[in-house]
Amino acid sequence: MSTSKIAFSRRGFIRTSTLASGGILIGFNLFNSCKPNAKPPVDLAQLDYKDFNAFIKIAENGAVTIFSPNPEIGQGVKTAMPMLIAEELDVAWNNVYVVQGDLDTVNYQRQVAGGSQSIRFGWEPLRQTGATARQMLVNAAAARWGVDASECTTHEGVITNAKGETLGYGEVVADAAVLEVPENVSLKDSKDFKIIGTDATNVDMDKIITGKPLFGLDYKTEGMVYASVLRPPAFGQTLESYDDTAARASENVIDIIKFDNKIAVLAKDTWSAMKAKKALVAQWKADEELESTEDHDKILLALLEGNDVDVLRADGDVKKAFAQADKILERTYEAPFLPHNCMEPMNFFAHVTPEKIFLVGPIQTPQGTAAGIAASLGRKPEEVHLKMTRMGGGFGRRLYGDFAVEAATISNISKKPVKVVFSREDDMTDGIYRPASKYKIRASIKDGQITGYHLTEAAINGNMYGLIPNFFPAGAIENYQVDAANYQSKITTGAWRAPYTNFLAFAEQSFFDELADELQIDRVQMRLDLLQKVKGTTDDRIQYSPERLEGVIKMAVEKSGWGNKPDHIYQGFSAYYCHNSHVAEVADVVMENGEPVVKKVTCVIDCGIVVNPLGARNQAEGGVVDGIGHAMYGDFTFKNGVPSSKNFDTYRLIRMKEAPLVETHFIQNNLAPTGLGEPTLPPAGAAVANALKAATGNRFLKQPFTKQYELMNNTKKEILG
Amino acid sequence: MPTYSLNLNGKTQTVDVSEDTPLLWVLRDQLDLVGTKFGCGIGQCGACTVHIDGNAARSCSMPISQLAGKAITTIEGLSHDGSHPVQQAWKEVDVPQCGYCQAGQIMTASAFLAKNASPSSEEIKNAMHGNICRCSAYNRIHKAVEVAADKLV
Ligand code: FES
Ligand code: FES
Repeated sequence: MSTSKIAFSRRGFIRTSTLASGGILIGFNLFNSCKPNAKPPVDLAQLDYKDFNAFIKIAENGAVTIFSPNPEIGQGVKTAMPMLIAEELDVAWNNVYVVQGDLDTVNYQRQVAGGSQSIRFGWEPLRQTGATARQMLVNAAAARWGVDASECTTHEGVITNAKGETLGYGEVVADAAVLEVPENVSLKDSKDFKIIGTDATNVDMDKIITGKPLFGLDYKTEGMVYASVLRPPAFGQTLESYDDTAARASENVIDIIKFDNKIAVLAKDTWSAMKAKKALVAQWKADEELESTEDHDKILLALLEGNDVDVLRADGDVKKAFAQADKILERTYEAPFLPHNCMEPMNFFAHVTPEKIFLVGPIQTPQGTAAGIAASLGRKPEEVHLKMTRMGGGFGRRLYGDFAVEAATISNISKKPVKVVFSREDDMTDGIYRPASKYKIRASIKDGQITGYHLTEAAINGNMYGLIPNFFPAGAIENYQVDAANYQSKITTGAWRAPYTNFLAFAEQSFFDELADELQIDRVQMRLDLLQKVKGTTDDRIQYSPERLEGVIKMAVEKSGWGNKPDHIYQGFSAYYCHNSHVAEVADVVMENGEPVVKKVTCVIDCGIVVNPLGARNQAEGGVVDGIGHAMYGDFTFKNGVPSSKNFDTYRLIRMKEAPLVETHFIQNNLAPTGLGEPTLPPAGAAVANALKAATGNRFLKQPFTKQYELMNNTKKEILG
Repeated sequence: MPTYSLNLNGKTQTVDVSEDTPLLWVLRDQLDLVGTKFGCGIGQCGACTVHIDGNAARSCSMPISQLAGKAITTIEGLSHDGSHPVQQAWKEVDVPQCGYCQAGQIMTASAFLAKNASPSSEEIKNAMHGNICRCSAYNRIHKAVEVAADKLV
C-alpha cells in the first residue's frame, strides 16, 4: 500500500448518509477534488447532495451501485471510471451496477467529455473515494467486533478479522454511514490491482444489443412534441420572410414558431415535423458576399506567405538558419472542413415551465450548456435540471449546446415539452466543422543536419493554441518557430476529434518522411536522433516525453517488422504526441490490380496504466480507422455559403471493406493513465500517406487522398483500405 | 388517417398514420420500439435495418403502406432476452463504442448469417459494407460476425 501524493481535504469532497431504504450513500465531488488549488465549499454543513456529482450506493444486501459522473460518448468512461472506484472499494466488478449520474447543479469543475481527459483527471480522486468508502466499512466492522481496524482485511465485499470472522459490506453500512469520514487513506500499489488492467465489457452492453432506450433520440415523455427546425441554407444568410400556409396544413402539425432567424415546426411525431418543414417557403437574404472554398483557398495560401501571423514559439533564429542553409525543404499541406457526422443526429429535449427548466439529452458539456440556457432565458442556474443520456457519438460536436438552446427556446415560446430532432441533412449542413486549414513547413539543412524548422498555420477561424507549438519537434531543433494566422469566417468551426492536431500531425509526419529522404537517413533513425537532443531538457514548456516517444517508436519498429517486410508490402511510419499520450503507427500498403490497398496498421500507445484494456483497444482501433477514413475520403467544401454535401449519398465515410486491420500494443508501465479517445487518430493519416508514397510514388500533400489520387492519375479508381 | 395492420415481432399491431410514413418512424414514435435507429433517412447508413420476411431492409425507406402481409422483425424481436447468437457474439467481442449503429449492424449480420452460415472474410465484408459505424468499430464487427457464424454451425 502506498499513500497518495496528492493531498485531499476528503471532508470537502466526500459526504455520507443513511438511505431511507437502508444502506449508505457516499457522495463525492470529483471535479472539485481534482483541482490542485480547489477550495472546499464555504459552508460544509450546508452542503446538499445536489452539490456532489458522483455517488456510491451500498445497499443492505451488499449490492453496489456507482453513479458514473462523466458523459459517455462512446469512449468508455462509463465503464472505466467506476472500475477505479470498485478497485479500491474492493468489490467484485460483476456485482457493481453502473448508472449515468445526472447534472443537478452547475457547480462542477469538470463534467465534460472531451480532450481525452476524463480518466486522467479522475485517476486519483476516484480511487481515493473508493478507498475512503472501504475504510469506513472496515472501521464499522472493527468497532462491532471490538478489534483494531488495522487487523481487518477485505476481499470482494467481505471484511475478515484476525479470528477469521466475516461481515459483508451490506451488514455494516448502517454503522458506517454515521462514522467520521477518515483522512489519509492509503491506495493500493498498482501490482495489487484486481480490476484495473482487466478486460471489462461495456456496461451498457445488454441494452445496446437488445435495443433498449438509451440515447437522447430514444427519450420520450408524456405530452412531448417533436420539432424540426428550418435554418438558413447558407452560412451568412438571415431570414427575410416566409410562408407557412402549406406547412400548417400538413398532417399532425401543432404549431409553427419563428425564433432567432429560424423556423420550428412542431408536430405530434418526428416524421410529420420533418415532412411539414419541407413545405415551408422561406426567403433568405445576405448582407455580405457569401463564402466559397475557392476563395478560402486563396486567402489561406496568401496568409501562409504574409506577415500577419502570431508567433507562438520562437527558438534561436530561423531567419539566419535559412540564410545559411545548404538546402531548404518547403512543403504546403491542405485540409478541408470536416463535419462530425455523429451517428446519432443532434437532438435535445427541453421542458421550460415557470418553476424549472428540465433538459434531457446527449451533451458533452452539461455544465456549460445548463448555465448558458439559464442565462439566455433569464433564469436562475439552480432552476435548471439536466439529465444526460448516452450519446451516439460526440467527436467534439456535442461540446456545443446549440441544439439544447434551440430546444429550450422553442419550449419557452410554445410552453410545451419539446424534442428538437435534426435530420441528417440538418446535422451535416448546420455543423460546427473542423476548420479548413493549411500548413507551410520549411526546414533548413546544413552539413547534413537539420538546422532550422519553421511551421506556419493558416486556418479558418484559427486552430492552434498555446501548448501545441511545444509538441515534437520543439526542443529538438535549435532554430524553431511556429506561427499561426487565421481568417474569420461566418462558417462555424470548432473542436473535432483530436482538435488542433488531427491535421497538424499529418503535415509534420509527412514532412519528416521527405526530410529523411533529403538527409538520406532512415526515417525512424532520424526521429530517434532528434529525440536524443531533447532528453534532459530544462525547457518546461516541452509537453512530450522524449523517452516515452522513443519507447513507442522502438516498439512499433519491432511489432510492425519495419524494414524487414517482403518487397510487395510498402510501409509508412508516423509517431506523435498529443492529448498527453504518445503513439507510433506503421501502415502496410500493398498494390492489388495496380491500385494501393491499406491492409494493416500497427499501433503502439503509451497512455500509462490501461484501466480497461478491452475498451482501450476498441478506442485505439476506432481512432486509427477514423483517422484513415477522413484522410482518404473526408471532403467538405462550400459554394456561396452552402455545404457541398448534406447526407451520406454524397459524403463518404469509411466502411467495412476499406477498414484495415489494426493491431494495437500498449507500453506497460505504472504511470498514471492519460488520454485514449483521441491520440491514435492524428498519426494515422501520415502513416498511410507515407506508405502510399512508397507504394505509388505519389506524395499526398492534400486531404482527402482519393481526390488527389484521381487528379494525379487521371483515374476514377481509388485507394482502398 | 388510414389504419394499418402490421405483423411485427410475431404479433399483430395496428397503427393510424399517413401512408407515406416510413416504418422507422412508426416503430420509434408510434410503437415505442426505439431500438431501430435513425441515421440518414435515405437508405445509406443501415442504422435503421430490420428484417422483412427474413431479409435485411432499411426501415427509413419503407413506407408503411407497402408492408401489408409481410413479417417484420426488429432488434427487440430478434430474441426476447438478447440470447440470439449474433447478439451474444457482439457481447463476447465487446463490439460497441457509442453503440448507436449496433442494432442495425446486428440485424444486417443476422439476416446474412441465416443465409450463409459459414461465410468467408470477403463475404462478411461485402455483407456489412452497407452499415456505417462512425466510431469505426469495423475490426470488431468483422470478428463478431465470425464468432456468431461459429455459434450458428
Ligand atoms: S436511417 Fe435508414 S439507412 Fe440510414
Ligand atoms: S459504435 Fe458508434 S457508430 Fe458504431
